[in-house]
Amino acid sequence: MNDKKLKKKKSRFAETWRRLKKNKIAVVSLFIIFLIILAAILAPILAPYPYDLQDYSAAFSRSSKEHPLGTDRLGRDVLSRLLYGARQSLQIGLFSTTFAAAIGILVGAIAGFYGGWTDNLIMRILDVYQGIPMFLLTVTLAAVLGPSLRNAIIAIAISSISGYARLMRASILTVREMEYVEAATAINVRSARIIRKHIIPNAISPLIVSITMSLGSSVLAGAGLSFIGLGVQPPIPEWGAMISDARNFLRGQMYLSMYPGLCVMITVLSFNLLGDGLRDALDPRQKT
Amino acid sequence: MAALLEVNNLKKYFKNPGGTLHAVEDVSFTLDYGKTLGVVGESGCGKTTLGRTIIHLIEKTEGTITFEGKDISDPSPKELRQLREEMQIIFQDPYSSLNPRMSVSEAIMEPLRVQGKLSKAEIRAEVRKLMDTVGLAERFENAYPHELDGGRRQRIGVARALALNPKFIVCDEPVSALDVSIQAQIINLMLDLQEALGLAYMFVTHDLSVVKYISDDIMVMYLGNMVEKSPSDELFSHPLHPYTKALLSAIPVPDVHNQPDRIIMQGELTSPINPKPGCRFMARCQYASPECEEPQELVEHSPGHFVACCHYKELLPQQ
Amino acid sequence: MNDNMNDNILEIRDLVVEYRTDEAIIHAVNGVNLVVKRGETLGLVGETGAGKTTIAKSILRILPTPPSKICGGEIVFDGEDLMQKSESAMRKIRGEKIAMIFQDPMTALNPIERIGAQISEAIAQHNKIKRYEAENRASDMLEMVGIPMERYNEYPHQFSGGMKQRVVIAMALACNPTLLIADEPTTALDVTIQAQVLEIMQSLKERLGTSVIMITHDLGVVANCCSSVAVIYAGEIVEYGSAVQVFDFPTHPYTIGLFGSLPKLNSTEPRLKPITGLMPDPANLPTGCSFYERCPDAKEQCSGSKPAMVEIEAGHFVKCFRDGGGE
Repeated sequence: MNDKKLKKKKSRFAETWRRLKKNKIAVVSLFIIFLIILAAILAPILAPYPYDLQDYSAAFSRSSKEHPLGTDRLGRDVLSRLLYGARQSLQIGLFSTTFAAAIGILVGAIAGFYGGWTDNLIMRILDVYQGIPMFLLTVTLAAVLGPSLRNAIIAIAISSISGYARLMRASILTVREMEYVEAATAINVRSARIIRKHIIPNAISPLIVSITMSLGSSVLAGAGLSFIGLGVQPPIPEWGAMISDARNFLRGQMYLSMYPGLCVMITVLSFNLLGDGLRDALDPRQKT
Repeated sequence: MAALLEVNNLKKYFKNPGGTLHAVEDVSFTLDYGKTLGVVGESGCGKTTLGRTIIHLIEKTEGTITFEGKDISDPSPKELRQLREEMQIIFQDPYSSLNPRMSVSEAIMEPLRVQGKLSKAEIRAEVRKLMDTVGLAERFENAYPHELDGGRRQRIGVARALALNPKFIVCDEPVSALDVSIQAQIINLMLDLQEALGLAYMFVTHDLSVVKYISDDIMVMYLGNMVEKSPSDELFSHPLHPYTKALLSAIPVPDVHNQPDRIIMQGELTSPINPKPGCRFMARCQYASPECEEPQELVEHSPGHFVACCHYKELLPQQ
Repeated sequence: MNDNMNDNILEIRDLVVEYRTDEAIIHAVNGVNLVVKRGETLGLVGETGAGKTTIAKSILRILPTPPSKICGGEIVFDGEDLMQKSESAMRKIRGEKIAMIFQDPMTALNPIERIGAQISEAIAQHNKIKRYEAENRASDMLEMVGIPMERYNEYPHQFSGGMKQRVVIAMALACNPTLLIADEPTTALDVTIQAQVLEIMQSLKERLGTSVIMITHDLGVVANCCSSVAVIYAGEIVEYGSAVQVFDFPTHPYTIGLFGSLPKLNSTEPRLKPITGLMPDPANLPTGCSFYERCPDAKEQCSGSKPAMVEIEAGHFVKCFRDGGGE
């Protein structure tokens, strides 16, 4: 017996992680995202006050020992509200993206694999769909279903399905034309295995990047919906709602809108930069 | 003994918005066990389509294909699976023809795994053997294609083609993407394999010096038509078709003293979409005359040497 | 010394170019010396990754920096060191004095601009002449490369590959450059079209007196159109001489190997004689002769130190210990 076994091949995840680690910006972004998620989970422990505790005597107080980031017009602690707000914002990002990606990828994959009239039908439906402005659709849905966190998630998800579907379809069409797919046919590989081993693994990379990036943009869209009152309802804190709340006090208490604004910006930026890093790390042709 | 492969009046048309593209027009030939047929022509002449049509990677439009005495023109799915074990293909581009996410051993293993006749351990042993046969060191078995150079990648392609023990391999420009010194390594490997395993090759290429070296017979194609077919030496010493002559004279010869008198052809390829019935080379041919507008018949000038040109006799060198 | 300057349009001395990445330093060009005489065609022959294109781009100073870096050497063009030139001075030299043709003609042509306009624009950019003069000149150039006037107003996609390459040649020669660098100009073309393009290049070169550096991997192309040859391996010139010297008496083992790898039309040998192995990793070059590992005549001395360039007969240089590279 030959004892020299096949060296355990590195999994795709491990390989991607190894490459991602070399990209400092992506690692920092990942770290920040991790911190934000941790903050959201540990909000009840980390927050110095309950998010809805009102203290009129301390309204509009600047940062102090008691209130590191100050308080809002009702005397609620801004830091606590930001921490709790992270929960809502991240939920919107995570759930809407998962939902949209799952449906979009499936629909796009069906269109890409089967082609012909299936493809045509799906694509024409998506065409119509894309003619509707995204924000208008979101606003209409939120208005019809009523404003709530859940409905904001559904609205954002529905409006981003078509993007995923198109990306997945395009990606599959490209890979399907690759010579190695033909090469697999030539050695009798059945279509199920061709899809599983040759097409999906090579078509999925742009989707992973896109999903990462749209986590950020969903957070932004959620904040936008809450800002115009169609998302998370008071008194539950959400970053967009907090900015909306603070907009009347821009002149005197700019910090009130600045802190949640910064949170949104940092979150969105981190997801985008991580997506950028992933794009490079997922390409197997990249040298080491 | 009957020929290994017999192709009769094979046609392949593609429907295009602009008309019908006649990629392969009425090609016939036979190939014996263990022999090599070289197919030469310039880009767009249908040589690649011809190879892929024969092994049923593309469905033919018309014509018959006989393999080992059996008509395989329209195989059932089951017959096709069997056929693919006996007819294989080596691709031109060792970069795009390998799945970037499969390691060397996975890639070579795949045909055996799909075939499902061997146990895991047997497959592993077989992969080792194949890697050894094509000259890939064992340390590469976990490497990915992008970590290897073009020559080694092409060796993976060869190993994959050999895995199922075929009798016939279509070699679609297998060395054109490689550097000369590596090219020579792969050509020698293919010649060694042919000798050891009795393989028959259909060697598709645009490189005439390579084809001369490796082929027993050579077929010259122009815009989907077979314009000349002949034993290799005969073709180079007595080319008959004006296109073949121009093609041979255009080969860059690495010799500073004896540069051939080049026949510089005017014009470029005409389109193979909705072609006229006559000689397709007419537009660029210096001997073109009204007779060339008639369909050209394939004439056997000497044993095994066929040519499709109505003027070839006038062009023969004076005795 | 002055005579020398007039004789040689281009002299490259000890050129060293590196590519720096996070992981490694890639030694692309390692001390290259080259001379191009006025009016001659120099063939620069080597395989993928040997550094041919890097040398060409160094001459024009169009290497992307970073990651690449010219670490040393001089490039003397018409008596002036290009390395000392300012970027604006280089801009004047590019196209006007030195032109370059790339392998893929599509990269050199703007797909949404008419062919004629592209050429006349290139002419107008370097010459202070009236618009109609530039246009006349452009159509003259097109005629010279065998493209009829009627196609002056067509777009690149309406041309076939060979015609596009001829347009690129017309564009490159439009300003009557002193030196033309052609980087694998016919590699993407079919043989019959290659013959056409090479012939056009040859006749234009003779008419305009342009000096040419022909970068290629094809010894056949070199034999067809070059008067002298430099063989490059792993970023070094290993053999240099007139075409007759190199083709009749190939001396460096690598050059001999290259010739042995070529299938010859009149050979009866059952097998080719390829060079074994691969070119060394340019990020990890051996200390000795870079061809040592593949060389059939390798001696102990070859792995220890690098041989020097030796003139084995007038004008024929070889870098090998076997020919006295040790002294």
